[in-house]
Amino acid sequence: MAMSSAEPRRPASGPARRRGVVGWFDPRGRRLGGLAFIVNRLTGLGLVLYLYLHLGILSLLVQGPGAWDTFVDIALSPPFLLLDVVLLTGMLIHGLNGIRVGLVGLGFVASRQRALLISLMVVAAVVALVGAIRIFGD
Amino acid sequence: MTDTATELRTTRVVVSRRKEGDDPATPRHDTYDVAVGPSSTILDALVTIRRGQDATLTFRHSCFHASCGTCGMRVNGREGLACVTPVPDGDEVVVEPLANLPVISDLVVDMNVFYDEFDEAGRPLMRTSELVSGGGIAEGIEELVRFEDCIECGICLSACPVAGSDPRYVGPAALAAAWRVVEEPRGADPGPVIRLMDDEQAAWRCHLAWECSEACPSGVDPAGAIMRLRRAAAAARVRRLFSFGGNR
Repeated sequence: MAMSSAEPRRPASGPARRRGVVGWFDPRGRRLGGLAFIVNRLTGLGLVLYLYLHLGILSLLVQGPGAWDTFVDIALSPPFLLLDVVLLTGMLIHGLNGIRVGLVGLGFVASRQRALLISLMVVAAVVALVGAIRIFGD
Repeated sequence: MTDTATELRTTRVVVSRRKEGDDPATPRHDTYDVAVGPSSTILDALVTIRRGQDATLTFRHSCFHASCGTCGMRVNGREGLACVTPVPDGDEVVVEPLANLPVISDLVVDMNVFYDEFDEAGRPLMRTSELVSGGGIAEGIEELVRFEDCIECGICLSACPVAGSDPRYVGPAALAAAWRVVEEPRGADPGPVIRLMDDEQAAWRCHLAWECSEACPSGVDPAGAIMRLRRAAAAARVRRLFSFGGNR
C-alpha cells in the first residue's frame, strides 16, 4: 500500500497550561530560589501599598495638629508597632534580595547565588530582630 | 534474603487526564491504587496502571535511565523525570503533565512549542556533532546536532514562573544553549548570538527564581548560563558604547 505523501498530522493539543501571574505566588513545589521570587513580589507589593498609605497619612497634616496627634497616639499602640516591624522586615528582605538580584543578574557570583541569598536573609533576620527589640523597647 | 513482597505498600496515584476534545478549563483527575516497592519510580507506577488498570492512560517514556528526556512531568507539583523520580512516601501522589506547554493527551505535552523556541532563536545553539564526523548519517536526516548535556525534556520551561506568565519568553533551555555557543565559540563569532539574546524577551526576561537550574535533571544550570549571558551582553553593550559607532 502506497504511503501518503501528505504532511504528518501534528497532534491536536489545547492551549498551553500556563500558571499565569497567579502562579508566581504558588509556593507548591518551589525551591529556595522560587520562594525568594515569591517573597520578593509579596514584599514589593507590600512596600508599594505602604507608600500610598504613607502619603495618605501625611495628608493628615493639612487637617491640623489635632488630626496628626490623634494618629501619633494610634501609631504608638502595640498593634501599630507590630506593623512597623513587619514593614522593616519587608524592607530588609526586599532590599537585600534586591542586592542579590542586581549582582547575580549581571553575572556576578552567579555560582554562589544560593549562599548569597541565605547569607543576606540571615542578615535581614538579625537586623529585623534588633529593630523589633528597639521599636518595642523604646 | 529479603522478601520484596512484604516491602510493597499501596499508594494512591492521582493522574491528571485530558483527551482530545475535552474542555481544558475543567481538568479531570483519575485515581489508581498501585502496589509500589521502596525502589519504585513514578514511571513504574504509571506502567503498572497502564498494564493492569487503564490502557487509555497515555504518557511518554523511552530509556528508563534519565537519558532520553521524554518522561518529564510534575510529581506533587514539582518537575522531574518519571523514570528516576521515586514514588514519594505517603498515601497519595499527584502526577500532572509539564506546565507551560499544551497538553496533547493525559501526561503527554506538545513539545513542538518547546522546540519552536529554538527555531525562533535562529537555532544558534545547535552545532553539527563532531562526535560523528566521518561517520555515516542515517537516511532522512540532514545532519546530526548536539546540545551538550541538555536532554531537551522541557522541565526547565515548566518550572520557570516567568515562562508561566509570558509566552514570548525564549525560555531557559534556549538561553542556556546560546551561552554554550558564547562560552565556547570554537572559532565562530559569538557576537550575533549575544546580540540575539540581548533582548527583553530573552536573557533579560529571567527574574532569577532559579527553578530551572534546580529542576534540571542533567545539571545544565540554565539560570547560571543566563546570568553569564547577561554579563556578556552588558559587556558587549559597553564596548559598543565606547566604540563611537565603529563596531555596531
